[in-house]
Amino acid sequence: MKTGKFLSIIALLGFSVSVMATSVPEDKIDTLRLAPINVEPTPPAMQAVINTDVKQVRNYPMQPPVIPHKIDGYQIDLKVNKCMQCHARTSTGHSQAPMVSVTHYMDRENNFLADLSPRRYFCTQCHAPQLDAKLLVENDFVDIDHLIKANAVKH
Amino acid sequence: MLAKLFDQLKLVWKVLRRPSVHYSLGFLTIGGFIAGIMFWGGFNTALELTNREEFCIGCHEMENNVYQELQTTIHFSNRSGVRATCPDCHVPHNWTDKIARKMQASKEVWGKVFGTINTREKFEAKRRHLAENEWNRLKANDSLECRNCHNFDYMDFTRQSKRASQMHSTSLASGEKTCIDCHKGIAHQLPDMAGVEGF
Repeated sequence: MKTGKFLSIIALLGFSVSVMATSVPEDKIDTLRLAPINVEPTPPAMQAVINTDVKQVRNYPMQPPVIPHKIDGYQIDLKVNKCMQCHARTSTGHSQAPMVSVTHYMDRENNFLADLSPRRYFCTQCHAPQLDAKLLVENDFVDIDHLIKANAVKH
Repeated sequence: MLAKLFDQLKLVWKVLRRPSVHYSLGFLTIGGFIAGIMFWGGFNTALELTNREEFCIGCHEMENNVYQELQTTIHFSNRSGVRATCPDCHVPHNWTDKIARKMQASKEVWGKVFGTINTREKFEAKRRHLAENEWNRLKANDSLECRNCHNFDYMDFTRQSKRASQMHSTSLASGEKTCIDCHKGIAHQLPDMAGVEGF
């Protein structure tokens, strides 16, 4: 009796799983892959990184500025931070690169440190080089300036 | 003891001075010439055998550390398929400089025999020291090994990025800086750079 109950529970579970499996249409399964699971699609051509060295406008005031140049092979680890070869306070004289913001020299109690704060050390956590690629997903972000302007027109 | 050695030297000198009894002048000059070519050729061939990447990475110290790091860099894999091998950057091309470098390299044989960097940990501990040796060498010879391929006179600044042409047309052009001053760690990982000028 006990084993019969157990078996029926297993059978029920199996049945419900099979129902779940069939209830999801196949065209809904893949999303970004855009190809059936058994097909190896040709990947899109790799995009070149924008390397113009021209500063790009920030989309909102707090946005970490994007990197307008290539950073191939730049070593950022416990031994060395390659970015700081140009962007450190002491290097900006010869490099003419923008100095990392003073916030990067502050600890979380807003005390200024002599060197880069460990929490801001790994540049690429926030800053990224850019591609001239077409958007995969439409972006409906509206700049705060445009919002304010639109509101002013309404009133 | 010293007198005995002196006597032996005297004997050698006497033999060398005495004209040949059995061999003709032609045999001695032509034979000497051919033997010279063979010895010289053999010497240079042996020298060039040690000037190949396969020789360098024959030691696991080079194969497992620096060679692995090189492979991800532009000097190993790039769009045009031109690549630099170990001796292109680490051995001078000019003969006398090459011999001088090869004599220095006897220290590396010592290191190999006594296992100075035979583990990853030992290598990492020595990385700064080894890197500094190479920086100093390239600084002293005005980055000669870089310039064997990258000739300043033929650089087209208009094909460089803005900041590259800015740097190359000022500090490099004036001779105030040399390649290695900015391009450290171009082919291998950098050591702890605390206290290095410019970092």
